Amino acid sequence: MTEGRHSGLGRLWRRTRGAVVVGVGGASLSACKLPTFGAYTGNTVQGNSIFHLWQGFFVASIFVGGITFALLFYAIVRYRRRSDEIPKQVHGNNPLEIFYTVVPVLIVAVLFFFTVRVENKVDAVSRHPALRVDATAYQWGWKFYYPAYHVTEQTEGPTGYPTLVLPVGETATFKLVSLDVVHGFDLPNFDFSRYALPGVTNYFDFTPQQTESFIGRCSHLCGLYHADMLFYVKVVTPAQFMSWIHSQQGR
Amino acid sequence: MRSESRIYLGVGSFFIVVLLIYFFWSHESTGSVLLLASAGLGLLPGLYIGWWSRRMAPRPEDRDVVEPEDISGVIGQFPENTIFPFVIGAGVWFVALGFVYGVWLVMVGIGFVLGAAYGATMESKRASWSEPENAASVPRHH
Amino acid sequence: MTTVHEPELLLGVEEPTEQHERREPGGFYRWVTSVDHKVIGKNYMYTALVFFFIAGLLAELMRTQLFNPNGHVVSLQTYNALVTIHGSIMLYLFAGPIAFGGFANFLVPIMIGAPDMAFPRLNNLSYWLYLFGGSTMLFGFFTASGAAAFGWTGYTPLSTATYSPGPGPDLWIASVAMVGFSGIFTAVNLVTTIFYLRAPGMTMFRMPLFVWSMLITGILILIAFPVLTAALVMLYADRHFGAHFFTVSGGGVPVMWQNLFWFFGHPEVYILALPFFGMISELVPVFSRKPIFGYKGMVFATLAIAGLSTGVWAHHMFTTGTVLLPFFSALSLLIAVPTGIKVFTWIATMWGGQVKFNTSMLFAIGFIFAFVMGGISGVMLASPPIDFYTHDTYFVVAHFHQVLVGTTVFAMLAGLYYWYPKFTGRLLHEGWGKANFWTMFVGFWVTYMPQYLLGLRGMPRWVGQYSPSFTFLNRVSTVGAYILGLGALLLLVNLYVSWRYPIEAGDNPWDGHTLEWATSSPPPAHNFHSLPPIRSRRPVWDMNHPEYADAKVPVVAGGDESAQ
Repeated sequence: MTEGRHSGLGRLWRRTRGAVVVGVGGASLSACKLPTFGAYTGNTVQGNSIFHLWQGFFVASIFVGGITFALLFYAIVRYRRRSDEIPKQVHGNNPLEIFYTVVPVLIVAVLFFFTVRVENKVDAVSRHPALRVDATAYQWGWKFYYPAYHVTEQTEGPTGYPTLVLPVGETATFKLVSLDVVHGFDLPNFDFSRYALPGVTNYFDFTPQQTESFIGRCSHLCGLYHADMLFYVKVVTPAQFMSWIHSQQGR
Repeated sequence: MRSESRIYLGVGSFFIVVLLIYFFWSHESTGSVLLLASAGLGLLPGLYIGWWSRRMAPRPEDRDVVEPEDISGVIGQFPENTIFPFVIGAGVWFVALGFVYGVWLVMVGIGFVLGAAYGATMESKRASWSEPENAASVPRHH
Repeated sequence: MTTVHEPELLLGVEEPTEQHERREPGGFYRWVTSVDHKVIGKNYMYTALVFFFIAGLLAELMRTQLFNPNGHVVSLQTYNALVTIHGSIMLYLFAGPIAFGGFANFLVPIMIGAPDMAFPRLNNLSYWLYLFGGSTMLFGFFTASGAAAFGWTGYTPLSTATYSPGPGPDLWIASVAMVGFSGIFTAVNLVTTIFYLRAPGMTMFRMPLFVWSMLITGILILIAFPVLTAALVMLYADRHFGAHFFTVSGGGVPVMWQNLFWFFGHPEVYILALPFFGMISELVPVFSRKPIFGYKGMVFATLAIAGLSTGVWAHHMFTTGTVLLPFFSALSLLIAVPTGIKVFTWIATMWGGQVKFNTSMLFAIGFIFAFVMGGISGVMLASPPIDFYTHDTYFVVAHFHQVLVGTTVFAMLAGLYYWYPKFTGRLLHEGWGKANFWTMFVGFWVTYMPQYLLGLRGMPRWVGQYSPSFTFLNRVSTVGAYILGLGALLLLVNLYVSWRYPIEAGDNPWDGHTLEWATSSPPPAHNFHSLPPIRSRRPVWDMNHPEYADAKVPVVAGGDESAQ
């Protein structure tokens, strides 16, 4: 009682299958010409690769979601109940079922491949970074310490948010710890966040690409003033960075 | 019983496979212990039922074509109205609240639970619904 | 009421046996002591709906606070408590219980031709544990230091005594533990009933897909809930018995809580989803007048989802820096495949059918739309780098609300509109039903679409105040939340109207396929006066449409025993 492969469904699938694969593959190549789809472009080398991955996933989603919604919509419109006639009692169609099992696995495999590539790039920690920053999270503020220069920036009072200053084009390795509970070190414009966990030390790199100022936040619920654990991030030229350092050391 | 056994064994074997991959790849202990326990959850009943299923005749619900006579017959004793689950539930509640409000409440709760457990056990033996002639059965198809 | 062998005596009151003179219990006592799975199932459904509206009210309070960047509707501490209890009620006290305590309890025995669940008294106990344990969660609001305020996930060290002192968190722990046991007992009941009380002819591969879903959900509950219980015991020990499971200074490992919790927590969300997937797999074929497309594929997909769901727990922990990213990422991406199989199957079932768009089917289609989009954002989150960006932002909030509201609300309401006649003997009104659906559907999109963008622009979770740049999108979302709330109220209107002005339903108002439609609405004690022969997956369809029957051996409708 299965239908032949010349059913409308089978034909539609065969036609769109190519588009799906091309879409996913193409997205990764032509990412710079795609819209941002609402995301920040990730103003670091690491964040930028996350951004392109996001674009690729988004394009794949448009294809897969679009096809699914189109099929659903077509079914709703075309197969409305028009009479009391009982339709053909189709129990299944093995080739079709295999198709819609195998193709998603392939799509997911492609997504996984690109994921791992970006993941390795983002998580790579340089052995000789230009700068090291020790970031400490606590209830309810941040402390940024530059060990090479003995400079500290720390939250002072309810609105005294600290400023994290970074030089553009240079790799900064961060060491992130927490003094008490779980906090989230979240820099949206870098397309990045990482937990500050008591008992765990996390290391990660930022290589900023453009000068910028933005607000960073605590993303994980850490108690009463979680919503107020903000900090500023300023990416400046290396020269501006050094003069800032000197002004901090003078204090 | 074979299909039930297979389901349990499937669950257990699945977890063994995942455990092996996970442990040898990550060496992370919490997840590995939980996966191991889950494998046990599947293998233990699966092996037991599987062992039994080979010593049993196929049950009527495993048969493909069913005649009306097969459908009717005794299923078993089903309980009627009983207050004991409510008392046990209240007792457990008092125990749980006792952890917040004080040991005395835990004691009260344990009392309820033990009393009702005894009552429910006695009820299983003595109540009218436990007698064979009051067993539930599937009525004949007509 | 136990049955006897002669069918005539099934109708009406049982004669007391000669040995013990028993009066039939009446009124309130009868309700409290009833072990009938139908009574208990309805208890669960009513209670779960009450919890749903309480949690919904908390959500409306939260969204009102979030209308302005620095709202003063509630204090920051209260806001954190609202978030915690809203999430906890929805996940622990509404979505799960209504699925396996409510719908499954009522329907599974009937769908397999059984007179009741395997352990009726345990069933009753499960309900009381749920009711008492669930109410305990609300007691926290009446304590001086307030309810638990560390999120429904209870991460340590925030949830330890140092950072969350007071009885509120302890009440939360007690509540979740009790409700956990309630779920475990229900799962034991379900699995045993499905394995051992099937009527003759009801082989495993003839069971309705809803029953398969409940079997697999039951096994998942048995895998996941005990882990939660263990974690709660450890947390309580840390809080009050001087243990150091989760405190660094005592040699503990705070992140272990996350591993334990999510080993429960991820299967938990599939425990919530699978029953509703099963419901959709029941009603879409009925309203399309065709069998489900690819039954065995659906069984396989359900098993695959359940299996994979136990191996992906640490995708909630990608940003901890302590988990094996590729393992969890691969399995999380893979889980989209069986879920996709289900969606394509439902569409294929409608394809070529004669689809009726009553309220139940509208909710089913609304569910598919919501779930596909929520599922796609889930696939994005399965990629660790994208997760680094969006974790703990409103992107995740939008994702899980789309999938959870899609399944536990839309699919649940599809099931409610479908089976309400069987539960009560009355139909829900179609006019109010359509109003209910469209209002909720519109409200749903207006609420959650802005939240995706808010997350991408950097708004984190669990905040009662935010930067002014997020104001407009928050306001849109709040308006959507009010529309969604209005839609929920329309459900209550429909429930009232169909009670006050009943439309009688009859045994089988929808021309349903499975065994529950072979008995009266509502079913009698012990469920069946007579059972049709079970020779295929759709015994009632075979009986009513013999020329289109699935059964290989013909079933003669209404024939006597001498007919073949």
